[in-house]
Amino acid sequence: MSALPSYASTGQRAWYYGFRAICGMIFFFLIFPILIIVPLSFNAENFFTFTPEMLALDPAGYSLKHYEDFFTNPDWQQALRNSFAIAPVATLLATVLGTLAAIGLSQSHVPWRSAIMAVLISPMIVPLIISAAGMYFFYSRIGLQGTYLGVVLAHAALGTPFVIITVTATLVGFDRSLVRAAASLGANPVTTFFKVQMPLIVPGVVSGALFAFITSFDEVVVVLFLGSAGQKTLPWQMFTGLREQISPTILAVASLMVAISIALLTVLELLRRRSERLRGLTPS
Amino acid sequence: MTTTDTVSAAAPPADPPPQPQVLTTRDGTPLKVSLARALRREKMRALLLIAPLLLFIVLTFAAPIADMLFRSVENGIVANTLPKTVEALADWDETSGEAPGEPVFAALHADLLIAAEEKTHTRLGSRLNYESSGMSSLFRKTGRRADRMDDALPYKAQFIDIDDDWGDVATWQVLKRFSPELTSGYFLNAVDMQMTTDGVELKPENERIYLFLFARTLFLSLTIMACCLLLGYPIAYLLAALPARTSNLLMILVLLPFWTSLLVRTSAWKVLLQQQGVINDFLVWTGLVSDAGRLVMINNQTGTIIAMTHILLPFMILPLYSVMKTISPSYVRAAKSLGATDWTAFWRVYFPQTVPGIGAGSILVFILSIGYYITPELVGGTSGIFISNRIAYHISSSLNWGLAAALGVLLLAAVLLLFYVYDKIVGIDNVKLG
Repeated sequence: MSALPSYASTGQRAWYYGFRAICGMIFFFLIFPILIIVPLSFNAENFFTFTPEMLALDPAGYSLKHYEDFFTNPDWQQALRNSFAIAPVATLLATVLGTLAAIGLSQSHVPWRSAIMAVLISPMIVPLIISAAGMYFFYSRIGLQGTYLGVVLAHAALGTPFVIITVTATLVGFDRSLVRAAASLGANPVTTFFKVQMPLIVPGVVSGALFAFITSFDEVVVVLFLGSAGQKTLPWQMFTGLREQISPTILAVASLMVAISIALLTVLELLRRRSERLRGLTPS
Repeated sequence: MTTTDTVSAAAPPADPPPQPQVLTTRDGTPLKVSLARALRREKMRALLLIAPLLLFIVLTFAAPIADMLFRSVENGIVANTLPKTVEALADWDETSGEAPGEPVFAALHADLLIAAEEKTHTRLGSRLNYESSGMSSLFRKTGRRADRMDDALPYKAQFIDIDDDWGDVATWQVLKRFSPELTSGYFLNAVDMQMTTDGVELKPENERIYLFLFARTLFLSLTIMACCLLLGYPIAYLLAALPARTSNLLMILVLLPFWTSLLVRTSAWKVLLQQQGVINDFLVWTGLVSDAGRLVMINNQTGTIIAMTHILLPFMILPLYSVMKTISPSYVRAAKSLGATDWTAFWRVYFPQTVPGIGAGSILVFILSIGYYITPELVGGTSGIFISNRIAYHISSSLNWGLAAALGVLLLAAVLLLFYVYDKIVGIDNVKLG
């Protein structure tokens, strides 16, 4: 597959290029919907398609008015503020608890390890609509439904499995004799943790935190049920916008969020490389 | 592991009678005991590290799920609202074909007086309305007039005077059937069945919706899974075959959609698939479709299938890719050198080795899609919605929480069963991200 040999028959040649063309179309299907919204978001009209002016690359066909609307509309600004009030707190909670538990789980003797793991991973497995339904019933019993705290707790619970998985994966490559060496040189467990173990697993912790952040930042089902008007987040605002009166401002928001995802993807890739370098593996 | 005790053999036996040697640590405790203690301490430390999160998940996540399980069978409302009536009804023979006698009506009057005061009778009415329509208005009407009844006259006649339904055996049968604290009624409703005096049977044809909806959820999820496999397999194959530098670059095209917000992707499809959207405009421009015959690709099953295939495709490609990456190219080369055609080499040698990846990816996509809510809600219209949309409807609009919980439990059971299979094939620990 890697390269076409010189003795390839016509049929093989046709298949080689045909297959690449098919793959090209699938890649196009994957990436096109995401990229197309960026130029559409600069539309000067309130349409969801390219106007003749835009196709003629006439500057009059483009404008920043949908971005302006996003940055001045109080609804969107409130949603943005709410998202940034909820996601970091949920991330912090998920990361601290998740990292501790991952370190605990990676010890050599943990009783009922697989049962505990199953419970801890379950928020990722259970479909969101079921988590949302259960939390809605239970949180309204204990008075957390419609509160900031309720949404933060729910988002933290949904984010922890990602932290556990990424930190556990980093700990697999962690050399335990380093801890023993630190202990034999007189460091107490707390010092050992912060001076020896933590710097080595930090890429895993950070990428786990990023996953937890994006989980909360993107989450809409649970917040729809658990939140009240005061917790209206960005995804919630997008959801209602898409369902009721779709406005082109959504495209501006979506384009900004694509930019955020590209930034996150870059950070994660850099972290992965750093982690491999720290563990003595050459990045592929 | 961190014990500083050094191990030393016990002093050599000085006396002739040879005793079984016991290894001890320096402070004299037997080595076995000391090791057991160290192990116990290590276990305790591990558990202490896990405990905060475990407690957190149990409280914020496991308890809500357990609560949902409980709600799907819980039915205290009849016995709580009409305690005396339920007690009096215990002696009534529901197969007798006659409405119960005066004592039951007297009890009902007493209960309704209290219930009307606390305004709980309307809630009971709407609960029983899920089982038999007409109950809600019956209770509302009766509750209004309960305090105007004449205590000297027989209650039975007065109740029947308010509404003939009180003389109907069917009303009382429903009341008696749903008087226990726990009920299977919600679950029966969730699979389009009902309880009658003759036992459990399917509802009349025109009232069945959930079995159909479950079947549609299954059908759409299978279709989406098949589409993902069809589109994902070539991509994974290409990525695994290309040199690392090129494939890493192309991998970005897979990972970027994976990382982009679900709502961004859904809104992109909503914009693209509209009748006045980019795709239809393009088709009209090329002349493939006439302006009047613009395709309807949204708010129906097509919309759901296209958007969800796009959203779930990375979940198919990534496991397939990780399996294909491990397949050595020498097998296919060997097959070809032994005279196999390209197709035979692929189908008989390469393809069987990718089956674990196909299994893993397919189950993952299937599990994710049967529980999807947001995308079908936004692009599915009425014909492209899933069972999860019905659950959401019962929670927020119809307020039939018991039925929502029962549907949720059935969906959860299906997902857990599939995950058990996934665990057997791939192993839950092998879940990789990115």
